[in-house]
Amino acid sequence: MKKVEAIIRKSKFDEVKKALHEIEVNFFSYWDVTGVGNEKQGHIYRGIAYSTSDIQRRFLVIVVSDNFLDRTVQTLLDSAYTGNVGDGKIVISEVLDVYRIRTRENGQAGID
Amino acid sequence: MDTATFTANNVWMMVCTALVFFMHSGFAFLEIGLTRQKNTINILFKNIFIITVGLLMYFGWGFNLMYPGEFNGWLGFSGFGLDMDPTGATIAYAEGKYTYWTDFLFQGMFAATAGTIVSGAVAERIRIGPFMVFIILYVGLIYPIVGSWQWGEGFLYSLGGDGAGFYDFAGSTLVHSVGGWGALIAIWLLGPRIGKFGEHGKSNAIPGHNIPLATAGVLILWLGWFGFNGGSVLSADPARTSLVLTTTSLAAAAGGVAAFLVSTLAYKTYDLTMFLNGILGGLVGITAGADLMSPNEAVLIGLISGAIVVGGISLIDRLKLDDPVGAVTVHLICGIWGTLTVGIFGAMAGGQQFLYQLSGVAAAGIFCVVSAFVIIYGLKKTVGIRVDRQEELEGLDLHEHGMDSYADFRMNQH
Repeated sequence: MKKVEAIIRKSKFDEVKKALHEIEVNFFSYWDVTGVGNEKQGHIYRGIAYSTSDIQRRFLVIVVSDNFLDRTVQTLLDSAYTGNVGDGKIVISEVLDVYRIRTRENGQAGID
Repeated sequence: MDTATFTANNVWMMVCTALVFFMHSGFAFLEIGLTRQKNTINILFKNIFIITVGLLMYFGWGFNLMYPGEFNGWLGFSGFGLDMDPTGATIAYAEGKYTYWTDFLFQGMFAATAGTIVSGAVAERIRIGPFMVFIILYVGLIYPIVGSWQWGEGFLYSLGGDGAGFYDFAGSTLVHSVGGWGALIAIWLLGPRIGKFGEHGKSNAIPGHNIPLATAGVLILWLGWFGFNGGSVLSADPARTSLVLTTTSLAAAAGGVAAFLVSTLAYKTYDLTMFLNGILGGLVGITAGADLMSPNEAVLIGLISGAIVVGGISLIDRLKLDDPVGAVTVHLICGIWGTLTVGIFGAMAGGQQFLYQLSGVAAAGIFCVVSAFVIIYGLKKTVGIRVDRQEELEGLDLHEHGMDSYADFRMNQH
């Protein structure tokens, strides 16, 4: 099983969520984070103009079976894409085990 | 005058009293909106302290220090507490314009507003204990003394002989500049917030955490000004009150628009906070002469005030003074400008009057600068006026109050 972590633009989230549901990936968590990187946003406050790369992003964590990994990553890459600097990153790591709390099942049964 | 008119006058004055009182919500919201979440409880505490303690001090001695009756024109006092003579609640007290109680309460609401001006400027880094001491001395003593020189019919009131002298309709100098000078000295002695100024004098933005609340604050202040200026007519005289409300709102609108246009040209972006500060600048600018100006002059005064606000905020910044809410620009600089307009525009315009206005600005300025300096420097050298570094970084709410302003709802922390 693999953990897929994606930092994406907040504005792409609805599209990404819809696309994930379409490939039957129905379970994930997300939270709002601040990302620091190459994209810069210009701000002004009371006459002081400044540009910051601290930008609000959304962070998704999805745990998938190995056979779902490729399609999940491809879907994320397609739906979160804009072509501009700041589209985000996807990180994949190996998962040791997964449990469903309600039934106490683990392993493949934990994420089916 | 008949009792119906007396009643109408007094009712209007009491409504205005309530409107000026409500300005404290406006100040609180504006200050909170333009500062960071971690200091919100502290700012609220300061504002609540000012309106409660300020009013009680005015009751205790402030009213009689500001209106001592017959006195030498510089310093007079007619006793502690409120001592109404038998005609106080009747038509005879003030030619049927209001009663003694209305007089006290209306003026009492004004007294506290001078203190809130300082609270915004020193936000996010002043220790609350010394701040409270400062307010007790500045609102308790300095404000009424300056007020006595003019409204109490002291030396400014009759600079040129009986009744001909300095003129300040609703307090561009007596309220706003008094607060503004205090704010200026305070931020100079206090120093800027950590992170405000970087290397090579670079100025950093410290964005406020609740711009909607700041906007609500400005609109509430504008509403309050209906009472602040409208009540300074000191009666419900239809002609004067309706003119004053007109000039006041026109100046507010013009101030906002001028600040919006100038800041957009200067900074190439639509900055809401400049727009808001411009409205306040226009309001302060018209406050000295709202009853003297024609609507056209009110608009002109407002436009100039708004432009001054944009320039002033930039100037204060370049002087390396940190003013989180623009209090010094709006209240001191526009307060001085508003005071001088009485000699330049309107029914009392003239060279002689301009000199009287200048004298008032100077007298208030010298007294306020010296007294604010003595108080704040004294506090700085004895107990210290500034929170320490860790407190400032983690927030005054946590360290001065042990409280969380948004305990169940936290967005950013920094």
